[in-house]
Amino acid sequence: MKIIAAMSGGVDSAVAAARAVEAGHEVIGVHLALSSNPQKYRSGARGCCTIEDSHDARRAADVIGIPFYIWDMADEFHEGVVENFMSEYAAGRTPNPCLRCNEKIKFAAVLDRAKAMGFDGVVTGHYARTQETAEGRTLHRAVDPLKDQSYVLAVLNREQIDGAIFPLGDTEKVDIRKEAEARGLAVAQKPDSHDICFVPSGDNAGWLRERLGGETGPIVDQDGIKIGEHKGAYTYTIGQRKGLGLTVPTADGSPRFVLKIEPVSNTVVVGAREDLAVNSMRGERPIFCGPQIGAAPTRGFVQVRAHGAALGCTYYLDRDQLVAELDLPLLGLATGQAMVIYDGDRVVGSATICETA
Amino acid sequence: MSVYLDHAATTPMFDVAIDAMAQSLRKVGNPSSLHTEGRSTRKDVEDAREKIAQAIGCLASEIIFTGSGTEADNAAIKGLFWHRKKKVILVSSIEHQAVIDPARWLAEHEGAELIEIPVTSSGVINLDFFKQIVAERGPEIALISVMHSNNETGVIQPIAEVVAIAGDIPVHSDAIQSFSKVPLSFKELGLFAMSISGHKVGGPLGIGALILRRGVEIPALLHGGGQERDIRSGTINAPSIVAFAAAVEAHIYDAAKVTSLREAFEEGVRQVRPDAIFNGQSVQRLPGISNITFPGTQSDSLLLLMDSEKVSCSTGAACSAGVHRPSHVLLAMGLSQITAQSSLRFSFGATSMQADVDYVLSVLPRVIERGLAANSVGKK
Repeated sequence: MKIIAAMSGGVDSAVAAARAVEAGHEVIGVHLALSSNPQKYRSGARGCCTIEDSHDARRAADVIGIPFYIWDMADEFHEGVVENFMSEYAAGRTPNPCLRCNEKIKFAAVLDRAKAMGFDGVVTGHYARTQETAEGRTLHRAVDPLKDQSYVLAVLNREQIDGAIFPLGDTEKVDIRKEAEARGLAVAQKPDSHDICFVPSGDNAGWLRERLGGETGPIVDQDGIKIGEHKGAYTYTIGQRKGLGLTVPTADGSPRFVLKIEPVSNTVVVGAREDLAVNSMRGERPIFCGPQIGAAPTRGFVQVRAHGAALGCTYYLDRDQLVAELDLPLLGLATGQAMVIYDGDRVVGSATICETA
Repeated sequence: MSVYLDHAATTPMFDVAIDAMAQSLRKVGNPSSLHTEGRSTRKDVEDAREKIAQAIGCLASEIIFTGSGTEADNAAIKGLFWHRKKKVILVSSIEHQAVIDPARWLAEHEGAELIEIPVTSSGVINLDFFKQIVAERGPEIALISVMHSNNETGVIQPIAEVVAIAGDIPVHSDAIQSFSKVPLSFKELGLFAMSISGHKVGGPLGIGALILRRGVEIPALLHGGGQERDIRSGTINAPSIVAFAAAVEAHIYDAAKVTSLREAFEEGVRQVRPDAIFNGQSVQRLPGISNITFPGTQSDSLLLLMDSEKVSCSTGAACSAGVHRPSHVLLAMGLSQITAQSSLRFSFGATSMQADVDYVLSVLPRVIERGLAANSVGKK
């Protein structure tokens, strides 16, 4: 096949591209320029958007022996990912921009462009597996549980999964580094990236405050009584305990946690730990990575964070919303996060959490 | 088959130049040394200097060898600005970055006032504007820099008129694309300074020259041993200079042949894509450069597709991150951002053949079709 290798400048995408070449594909390396004003150097574990990263990607492509180009996706990334990140926070929700980037950029804008140019698909360094089944291709967890990235890929529909190749899903990260070393790739020991790539400082709250303003507002308890003041509601996260700066202690001295963020009244609601408990969740905009599910309750697992636990649940589709009823309550779940449903290691689909109870 | 149509970026070294360079590399002797070996290498360098001087219509002593064309441009712009102690720098809006960037740097750091001369839609500088600025600001102008021909469109600029209008104001011309391609005489043009480069004319990379009128002593960019007229220091790069001169002397570039190849190519493109726009086509151009807008495409997609068909051509410009940007030259000619980003440069050279033209024309239809498709989905 003729495929585009999305190369971030990191070790995973470099090895993925090399493996695709070895598998006999005709591979062309592409680095996505996602920032219109990139930083020169990479700092710490952040991002893949610096000039240094693009040089690393180019060098890897040259060593592998494939053509290499840079595609400017800065406008698409800003509109589809960064603006969404801000508007979600402004609406009191907690988005995951990496899912959004996979959904809107890597497996949409890039895949569409690649197909129009006569390519068959996109290969990336994500840790996930696909399987060919009687019902079509399905998406599965990687063998390395610490690196498994099926959660952030659960926004891909079947057509997108058909156009995707994930050559790293069957290998552990430590072996990928060894393989990179053996292939003479200089990025073999480059640190993993963890944080949000477009927040170079790593300070999400500060980044949001700068862009959305830091209008102060009340922190109230569940009875609506003001017990403190916040510095910008969206800089708080559901379940957050530290840094609330509350002046009125609870009667029994027990800690308080952020329960709710109300953007319209610019209010942060806090309460006791047990009030964080969530027994069920509903998600909107469901996407199915394999066969679509129906209204019949089904046993499975739901995961709500990139490296969170798989929680036993019963799931079903209620009209256009995905519902998961948890076996055991979960503490602290924000709307805006993605709920991803698993059937064993197979990804069933995902939705954006809009309601918890 | 693979087809190289990026000769304006760099062109293959001529065999005579490679041979001359290899021979010189085997010789020992710093041209500045006083002993036998030094004198022998010095003779090679001075023979080369005379050959180049003859080809370019200047005195041998007016040639200052540099490490690149960019260095020659920088030395001219900064050197003349500091030498003249006047405020205004007047450059065309289509100069290469090697001229525009030092001029902007002087404006940001050294108090210069930069005035850019606009160009017409055909890519020729606006002489009326130029005349008016010279009339209004003449006594304040430190230097004028207008390239002999543009590297993206190949459009030749009216340098003789510029010099005539400038009067006593020093005029520098970046002649890097023109040298050895079209008739060019430093003396006849009446220039004050001019830049040329080795690797654009069949010589090696890493050698350029500033032609600077005799008797003018501009401040140096590189201080040290003062080897080149006290304006450029650094051990004289004898092998590259010798090879540069060998390429210039051999003059294998056949302008008539290159012109006819380019014309055949453009005619073929016109037939395949009647909507193609040839930038700068109505005016005098270099033999080998063809700058074409393919409406509805993105040039970075076209370049990828051309490359995968084994055709090497070029898009206008890229930023430091490698991201394709609309060409400042095409924007200055009045093209929109979108149109400027739908343009490719094909440049023919001494080694180009009719078979190259035929091959490119055979792959062009599917490249443009796919480029149109990619643009309609991948970009807004």
